[in-house]
Amino acid sequence: MKNWGFKISKPRVLDFDTANLDAYNRLIEKVPSAHRCLMCGACTATCTANLHTTFNFRNCHLMFRRGQFEGLAEELDKCMLCGKCKLVCPRGVNTRAIIYNLRIVLSDLNYKKIEL
Amino acid sequence: MNTIKKHFWNEYQKEIANDNYYYERSCIRQSFFPGSETAFLKILRDELGKKIIDDQHQHTCTGIGYHSDIVQFDTTMTICARLFSLMSDNELKNFVPSCVTSFGVFTEVVETWNQFPEELEKTRKFLREATGREFKIPENIAHPSDIIYKYRKELKQKMKYQLVNHKTGKPLRVVEHTGCHYGKIFSHHAVGGAEFPQVLAGMIEEWGGEVIDYPERRHCCGFGFRQYLVMANRGYSVANTKKKFESMEEYKPDFVLTNCPGCTMFMDRWQYTIAEMEGKTYDDNGMGIPVLTYEELAGLLLGYNPWDLGLQVHQVQSESLLDKIGIAYDPADKFIGKSGKFIGIPEKPEILKVDYDG
Amino acid sequence: MDKKVLIIGGGPAGIETAYSLALQDVKVVMIEKDANVCGNIQNWEKLFPDFKDAEEVRKILSQKLNHPNIEVITNTEIKNLYPQGNLWFAKNDDERIFEANAALLATGFEVFDAKRKEELGYGIYDNVITSADFEKMYKSRKILTAEGRVPQRIAFLNCVGSRDEKVGNHYCSRVCCINAVKQAIEFKELVPDAKAYCFYMDMRMAGQFYEELYRKSQEKYGVTYIRGRTSEAAVTRDNRIQIKAEDTLSALPMKMTVDLLVLMVGIEASAGTTLLSEQNDVLGLYGFAKPLGLYSEDNMTTKPGLFLAGTCKRPLTLPETLADARSAATDIIKYLKTTK
Ligand SMILES: Cc1cc2nc3c(=O)[nH]c(=O)nc-3n(C[C@H](O)[C@H](O)[C@H](O)COP(=O)(O)OP(=O)(O)OC[C@H]3O[C@@H](n4cnc5c(N)ncnc54)[C@H](O)[C@@H]3O)c2cc1C
Ligand code: SF4
Ligand code: SF4
Ligand code: SF4
Repeated sequence: MKNWGFKISKPRVLDFDTANLDAYNRLIEKVPSAHRCLMCGACTATCTANLHTTFNFRNCHLMFRRGQFEGLAEELDKCMLCGKCKLVCPRGVNTRAIIYNLRIVLSDLNYKKIEL
Repeated sequence: MNTIKKHFWNEYQKEIANDNYYYERSCIRQSFFPGSETAFLKILRDELGKKIIDDQHQHTCTGIGYHSDIVQFDTTMTICARLFSLMSDNELKNFVPSCVTSFGVFTEVVETWNQFPEELEKTRKFLREATGREFKIPENIAHPSDIIYKYRKELKQKMKYQLVNHKTGKPLRVVEHTGCHYGKIFSHHAVGGAEFPQVLAGMIEEWGGEVIDYPERRHCCGFGFRQYLVMANRGYSVANTKKKFESMEEYKPDFVLTNCPGCTMFMDRWQYTIAEMEGKTYDDNGMGIPVLTYEELAGLLLGYNPWDLGLQVHQVQSESLLDKIGIAYDPADKFIGKSGKFIGIPEKPEILKVDYDG
Repeated sequence: MDKKVLIIGGGPAGIETAYSLALQDVKVVMIEKDANVCGNIQNWEKLFPDFKDAEEVRKILSQKLNHPNIEVITNTEIKNLYPQGNLWFAKNDDERIFEANAALLATGFEVFDAKRKEELGYGIYDNVITSADFEKMYKSRKILTAEGRVPQRIAFLNCVGSRDEKVGNHYCSRVCCINAVKQAIEFKELVPDAKAYCFYMDMRMAGQFYEELYRKSQEKYGVTYIRGRTSEAAVTRDNRIQIKAEDTLSALPMKMTVDLLVLMVGIEASAGTTLLSEQNDVLGLYGFAKPLGLYSEDNMTTKPGLFLAGTCKRPLTLPETLADARSAATDIIKYLKTTK
């Protein structure tokens, strides 16, 4: 192919028409309280893994909601499943169950397989 | 401390039995801090005149396995039930688990049975089928630190030393660290509640010391089960300990007091790791900040021999602290075991300073 | 009219209903548990959104009670409210009995007890105060730390005791967002060089002029708003307060040390509201009283002759409370006219 000296930029838009938004329903089946999250960040503020690594549980959850799966499984693997986040959540979201089930759903979607 | 503070903590009081205890030992403490449990039994029997049974038939509570998701809760309940049946064999009703993790497990199991009676029936059936045993739920579960807290005034009467610098007459400044599973699972089972437990602070203040309130006081010691037990997470474990020490450093604590095997272990040993990894110690002399169990502290103030209490097997050496309080000790005895035999001298760390030649 | 109405609670709702009824020739007995009338607004200094001096409003309200049809009884806490036939009776501890043709519950609210959010350190750390404490301090136009220093950094935490499943209150208290904006401005006017932060989950600026005030707080006073719920507070060596949150918009965990931390406490049903509602089977959610319906029946209850006004039903601002009180008066008169 010819080198034009410039490239056609890829869209970086969060495209709600093409994103896989249905995967979220599979999480909701397992963890109905996930719907209640209002993204306040109290969980992330208290999370030990978040303080020492790039891991941000709230953001992972949001990205999954938006159908953005790339790199998520790797991030989620940084969680220790300690459950501290669950203690502070003002909406009573079962945070730990979200992380656990997200990994399973992502694995089913062929993002970083886990053997169960 | 202002008055509102005192009042607030006082809202969390718990019942602690007076006498006739069944002691449940920790799996790990006897190798990490070998003098602590013995000291506790001695204090209860000789100083306070209490009856406490130290039973040779006991076993794990599954705590570490349970919290790392290796042991299922059904199994944990059944194993705890067997321990309760041993207590019943001794015709005792007051259960005293040495370890904070175990304390958390027992309170969780009993609370589960209270709220879900069908789980209790299931456990009874499992235990019967597996061992033919029956059990009664303890009337009182108290952590040994609760008992020392309860009798802190009586013990003070018998103490030879105080938490005071004997040269300057100033109170020693102490960081207290209560194990997470002591109060963070059920705050009403903790003296002082979950956020501001009073169990160790009460001992320190009663015995003449001053409690340091530093920003990361409530933060985890760094053990955190998953943080330490999984090799890949171990970096978090040290990072958390480091965060605590960084936060307490400017207060220049004389020592750290803990009531949980994990906390004592990690706050003590990770100081070595941090020193060897980053060349950093959190005291002025490069020797680290001593970390004591409450039994060791009580024993020291009561005048027990520091080497009988096992202080020589700590990572951070405690001579500087003994000198401050004015406790007499014989350096030549340090590595002579209880049997009178030489127990060997540990290797000298490269960076963390110690006052022995290994 | 030869009819009498009992009003339980001498706050803004009670007073405004009393006056509206009195103007229509209805006799009113208003019973207040405290020594003074005006309820919770006795504790506020200037009101949002227009910084009106609360004292002026208190004066206007108190004057309304001078009407000859109104009898005010203070220092009397009603412990028992019940109907008998077509009449309503109220009793206090001394078994003093009041009797009337209808009764109005105007027992209002109490601010959330911030000690219940232990992790925020109220009652433990000297430099953690509530928005109600802020009002008290502001009376002297001095906002100072416990040590008497002028704070260089102050933070307001929204939703303390509201929108929080952990304390059992799912609802929004309505007044605290705008109150934080108001107090941040008041602080910045006193100490222009200082930094003021407000931690929020959503900024709820639905009232008239609220959004404008929010905007002004940013434009003119440089108040910084951080979207994140604070998870804990701790004390530092110099007795300042360290807080932790996630700055959700940058998706980074953050910590900040402030000289003074102000907890924006929410509105909870008062003990009297819950007790008297329970006695009459009109207890709604969270201890508030439950109206018959949300629309035209908002001042009525399932009990004929028992009416509701103000914050005994739900969190309301002062203008909303007053409007609600006047609407209650209309319903009460309608009832008195049609009942023997
Ligand atoms: C921090 C804060 C700041 C606020 N600032 C503003 C503001 O700036 N502007 C604004 O518009 N709104 C403000 N509000 C809202 C305002 O305070 C309320 O709208 C108003 O006080 C409601 O009046 P009320 O009569 O319904 O209740 P209350 O003010 O609570 O009055 C109820 C009265 O009933 C009495 N009572 C209770 N039980 C009994 C009993 N059993 N027997 C006898 N008497 C009893 C109480 O003593 C009290 O006097 C604020 C609210 C809060 C929490
Ligand atoms: S604390 Fe709860 S509501 Fe807040 S972001 Fe985390 S999961 Fe969502
Ligand atoms: S369970 Fe995971 S996300 Fe929650 S606090 Fe622990 S490490 Fe953080
Ligand atoms: S008004 Fe604002 S601060 Fe108050 S509860 Fe509602 S959202 Fe929270």
